[in-house]
Amino acid sequence: MNVLSLNSVCAAPYGSPLLQDISFNLKAGQVLGLMGPNGAGKSSLLHCIAGGIPCTSGELYLNGTPLKDWPLLVRARALAMQVQSAALNFPFTVEEVILLGRTPHASGNLCDKEVLQEVMTATDTTELRHRPYTQLSGGEKQRVQLARAVAQVWREEDAPTRLLLLDEPNSALDLSHQRMVLDLVATLAKTGCTIILATHDFNLLSAHANQLLVMHQGTQHSYGTPEEVLTPTMFQRIFNVSVLVQRHPENNSPLVVHV
Amino acid sequence: MIIGREITAKRLLVILLLLLPLSLLGALAWGSVSLGLEESLQALTQLLQQSGDRASVIIGQIRLPRALLAAIVGAMLGISGAAMQGIFRNPLADPSLIGVTAGASLGASIMIASAGSWITGLGGLGLISVGAFVGGMLAVIIVYRLANSEQGTSVATMLLAGIAITALAGAMNSILELFSSNEILRRISLWRMGGLDGADYQRVTAALAVCLLVVLTLPRYATALNALLLGESEARYLGVDVEKTKTWIVVVVAVAVGTSVALAGTIAFIGLVIPHIVRLLIGPDHRYLLPASALAGAILLVCADIVARTVIAPTELPVGIVTACIGVPFFISLLHRRSDYGMQ
Repeated sequence: MNVLSLNSVCAAPYGSPLLQDISFNLKAGQVLGLMGPNGAGKSSLLHCIAGGIPCTSGELYLNGTPLKDWPLLVRARALAMQVQSAALNFPFTVEEVILLGRTPHASGNLCDKEVLQEVMTATDTTELRHRPYTQLSGGEKQRVQLARAVAQVWREEDAPTRLLLLDEPNSALDLSHQRMVLDLVATLAKTGCTIILATHDFNLLSAHANQLLVMHQGTQHSYGTPEEVLTPTMFQRIFNVSVLVQRHPENNSPLVVHV
Repeated sequence: MIIGREITAKRLLVILLLLLPLSLLGALAWGSVSLGLEESLQALTQLLQQSGDRASVIIGQIRLPRALLAAIVGAMLGISGAAMQGIFRNPLADPSLIGVTAGASLGASIMIASAGSWITGLGGLGLISVGAFVGGMLAVIIVYRLANSEQGTSVATMLLAGIAITALAGAMNSILELFSSNEILRRISLWRMGGLDGADYQRVTAALAVCLLVVLTLPRYATALNALLLGESEARYLGVDVEKTKTWIVVVVAVAVGTSVALAGTIAFIGLVIPHIVRLLIGPDHRYLLPASALAGAILLVCADIVARTVIAPTELPVGIVTACIGVPFFISLLHRRSDYGMQ
């Protein structure tokens, strides 16, 4: 069964259409890469899937049930999202912020502490645990927000299906932490968590995503495997940039090289 | 440090719980007639026996209801401030920002001006209370209607609408003052300065009922408020019913602030300074912040009232002046050091 199924989804929260005719299916443990130019609708699509933006037409199913029929709390146990701009002006410590990800779960203090430890290790935030969130650097904040979203769907027991939406989780991260995000995505996917990852790093998506969706002006430009989607023609049409697409010497996935 | 912070938070709650009866006892002992702690304790135990000696009368009829009213009003202002700052996601927000104080103040002024010379005794004070309460509620309803749309409540619009309501209420207040006689003008301005005189058991009972409602309702939204600090969509994705939470908190805070303004006039800075101090001590976790703010608000107002009664005895200062004098320098020093605590 599909964990997530979109069928001609349209959304227009501010009057003019933001999303038009988006359709795709995702199975448990699959990773979907979401790419496209700035303002193409990547974040809107993620918010729409998370239930923050209502669909005006089309169907959006989470685990076979229409998304709007999910009770808020039950949905929050199955679906977590890391949003792009997180404005937290209160001096919560890093630990407290990550533990907020456990809000929808009634898994108990002990279990939450365990999840906290594991998630902090996975996101390299253990060192930051006692620091106030407000004093962190941009990249550190991004890691903490990632950790919070991950903590929400960390345990397999948390929900029958788990969906994690990441909106440019690596935009402010250094090389080693970008790598860390990759490993984290792979680990989570292996446990059956479905992941949608919006990013501008094509090579990251190429090696790790099962499917890619290219957005352009609120519509779905192309959808398929990395081999099918990452073509010089697509880059020319969507980004107006000429690139070379080579093969990765080790894993043979498409490798995008600037000309 | 969550374990550390949780322990600190629990310790603070215990300390505050111990300090509150102490401050109440102080409020009984000190005044224009100083009774001493021992004598006040004795008088307190004799209260139930209806003994007619001087200490019992002073404490039973004057100081006890007044101290209790101060504690209740302080608690409501403290916890309301903490909750408001939570839903506005701004540590400097204050109930007066959404126009409740201004609306309540206008409602009371209208009552004082229109009732004119009949405003004497208990009935008059009751009328002022109703006016303040209605004015405060109306202000909140108008602001909330303006700010609430299908997309949710815009905090920015709500703040701006609060500013507009405050300006409008201020203008209407000025018009009232322009056409009022000297006598009424004095009453209005005295009331607005804030005061706890006129406290009696009737008022204490009314205040206690509202206070219980507030203190029992707001902490139920503590985890929702924690999630809301991350942002409205984040809170929604964490399973919080954001609209319901905001509506309930706005209504409860309006009731709390309206009631306290009605009973004690405009008492500034408790709702702003108390949650701020508590947050610096134990962090922004609302599960501890809300009850600690209620307790600390109660203690601060009781102490401020002691000062108001004694500093130029036998004359009294309006307690609002005292809270402002305590609050402003403290608050300025906090603002100065805010970066130490990670507050931008």
